[in-house]
Amino acid sequence: MTQIVIQDTLFLIILVALSVPLGSYIYKVMAGKAVFLSRVIAPIEGGIYKLMSIADEDEMSPKDYIFAVIVFSIFGLILVFGIQMLQFFLPFNPENFHAPSWDLAFNTAASFVSNTNWQAYSGESSLSYFTQAVGLCVQNFLSAATGIAVLFALIRGFVATKKTTIGNFWKDLIRVLLYVLIPLSLVLALLLVSQGVVQTLSPYGEVVSLESGTVQTIPLGPAASQIAIKQLGTNGGGFFGLNSAFPLENPTALTNFLQLLSILLIPAALCVSFGKAVKDSNQGRAIYAVMLILFVAALAAVTINEYYAGPTFQGVMASGSMEGKEIIHGVGTSALWGTATTAASNGSVNAMHDSFTPLSGMVLMFLMQIGEVVFGGVGSGLYGMIAFVILTVFIAGLMVGRTPEYLGKKIEPFDMKMIALIVLVPPVFTLLGTAFAVLMPQASSWLSNSGAHGFSELLYAFTSMGNNNGSAFGGFSANSIFTNMVGGMIMLMVRFVPMIAVILLAGNLSNKKTVAASDGTLSTSDLLFMGLLIAIIVLIGALSFLPALALGPIADFFTTIK
Amino acid sequence: MIKKLIASFRPALMCLLVVTILCGFIYPVFVTGIAQIAFPNQANGSIITITEENGTPKDVGSVLIGQEFTKPEYLIGRPMGTTNLSPVSEEQRKLVAQRIAWWQAFDPENKAVIPMDLVTASGSGVDPNISPEAAEYQVARIARERNISEESVRKIINQYTTEKLLGFWGEPAVHVLKVNLALDGLIQ
Repeated sequence: MTQIVIQDTLFLIILVALSVPLGSYIYKVMAGKAVFLSRVIAPIEGGIYKLMSIADEDEMSPKDYIFAVIVFSIFGLILVFGIQMLQFFLPFNPENFHAPSWDLAFNTAASFVSNTNWQAYSGESSLSYFTQAVGLCVQNFLSAATGIAVLFALIRGFVATKKTTIGNFWKDLIRVLLYVLIPLSLVLALLLVSQGVVQTLSPYGEVVSLESGTVQTIPLGPAASQIAIKQLGTNGGGFFGLNSAFPLENPTALTNFLQLLSILLIPAALCVSFGKAVKDSNQGRAIYAVMLILFVAALAAVTINEYYAGPTFQGVMASGSMEGKEIIHGVGTSALWGTATTAASNGSVNAMHDSFTPLSGMVLMFLMQIGEVVFGGVGSGLYGMIAFVILTVFIAGLMVGRTPEYLGKKIEPFDMKMIALIVLVPPVFTLLGTAFAVLMPQASSWLSNSGAHGFSELLYAFTSMGNNNGSAFGGFSANSIFTNMVGGMIMLMVRFVPMIAVILLAGNLSNKKTVAASDGTLSTSDLLFMGLLIAIIVLIGALSFLPALALGPIADFFTTIK
Repeated sequence: MIKKLIASFRPALMCLLVVTILCGFIYPVFVTGIAQIAFPNQANGSIITITEENGTPKDVGSVLIGQEFTKPEYLIGRPMGTTNLSPVSEEQRKLVAQRIAWWQAFDPENKAVIPMDLVTASGSGVDPNISPEAAEYQVARIARERNISEESVRKIINQYTTEKLLGFWGEPAVHVLKVNLALDGLIQ
């Protein structure tokens, strides 16, 4: 246990140390300032703007920004759907895969466009290299960049006074891609290949196994390039069906470390960027601290459960729960990964969450159910957290009877309506989806565990889709028309309804004048406020989900306790 | 409103085209190119190739994909396949009880406690490694079956054991296939 504590502590120290410079860098990029990569990238950037006929000074109103985001995402959705349906006729399909069913193709397209990366398919047995690289890999980049772009539109809303525009979506998108996501992915992809993550366009390999002499297929493909952005962009969709538990996707302790770091790196760095952008680093630091506190609490709960609450058997050495975990990762980094991937809305796994002990499974679900705000998705996590900050300011304002304000902006009815949409849409869809699924007569045939754990599989599935996470209790057989269609719609709704609300909020804030802080202004960066914020986040999550959790993991825990 | 919507079509299509070329073609092809030049073995599945007695090369496995071993003279890995079962469920208890019974019947002389990883399945279902304890548990049997000293078995196991990264990250692991290839004298 001591070793695990040391391991986790060093990991978090490295994460924080790297997130600070990266955060300043991302701030500079998004503010349009020159950075060290500008010399190389600026000409390419200019060329792309010329192709798209965007002028330097073009700025968008909130409405234009929304149109751009939505139209662009719909085109992306159509492209991914089309590529899948036509993959048999497209090149780079050495295993001659046919098109998946239309409902599965829709689900996958919705999943990747919404940065969820829920996977009802298994990559190595259904998708061509072309579909993976041109369809999915591109959406890995785009959905991540869209999240970050919208975050900065919101930040501009706080900074601006009496302005009707919130920046230009195309420029935000292209700058994030060119200066942040592509360079980081390039470096990470090459590091991953050097360790054994496959990267080739050749057909699958075959080897003859030593004892039995049977032929074993080694699935291949351009995996490393996709896995790099899968982690950096909090996407989480594996190139292979078993995701980062599969050794060809995550072969060594080093790749495990690098991928884990990449899951949290950009969401953490954005807290720093936020502080810089609003010219008050304390605000960024307070949010970062709140995320870290919630993260460490969850990590401790998961690790303790996996280490001590696993089963014991007569004649077997008592050690942590190893079902569904790889030797090289062990209980320690499996618990750390499980916490990181559900805290950030990543959704990749290096161990089977279905085989985590009941209460660990509950913590993982709860991290998603509180709205993916503990680091969360790139961009989306922080704008979700800012929504909770405003909600907390609002509730605190009600207590003392003053008009609430945050970062010099008065919070008024329209803003609160948008906050309500951002905070409440995901839990509503999560619970409705779960409820409808339970009512389906064939629901029990989707589950591989019985009793309360079976319900947990279902609840986890809709929690994951309803919060754009994408991980799963793997025993849930996801590929049914019901789950594909309902789940696909849910993923799109919980991604884009809050996103539109954020952009409208940004526009409304941007339009307001900035009020100077006075004696009566509530500090939003002191310990008292941080405590209040944590309480509000946990309370809203608990109020929404305690009944469902009682039927799933809590019942599972009490019925299996020996 | 409609006009504005339509006005966003052109930049949206153009942007999708540019990004698809950049991130869907140039980026993966560039990474593939460097990978194939700099790390050809790793990029193609870390295949282990041995030379047979008649001099022909033979691919006997991937470093990263575990193989099933059942004979007593081999180091035996973890149960193959992924169960996704709750670790505290009745189904899982039955499954583990079967695995324990298998080990006890397989090597009745061995009275040591069985390491946990030998009776639990991994996440990938093809875990190529076992814990050092699980390897040690099997040393006496392998030495007996092969008529070699336990020390020489341990030496091979140590050779194919990786330690924690920088002493703090991950867990030590013994590579099952490499140990077995070395036991058979197929790799050094």
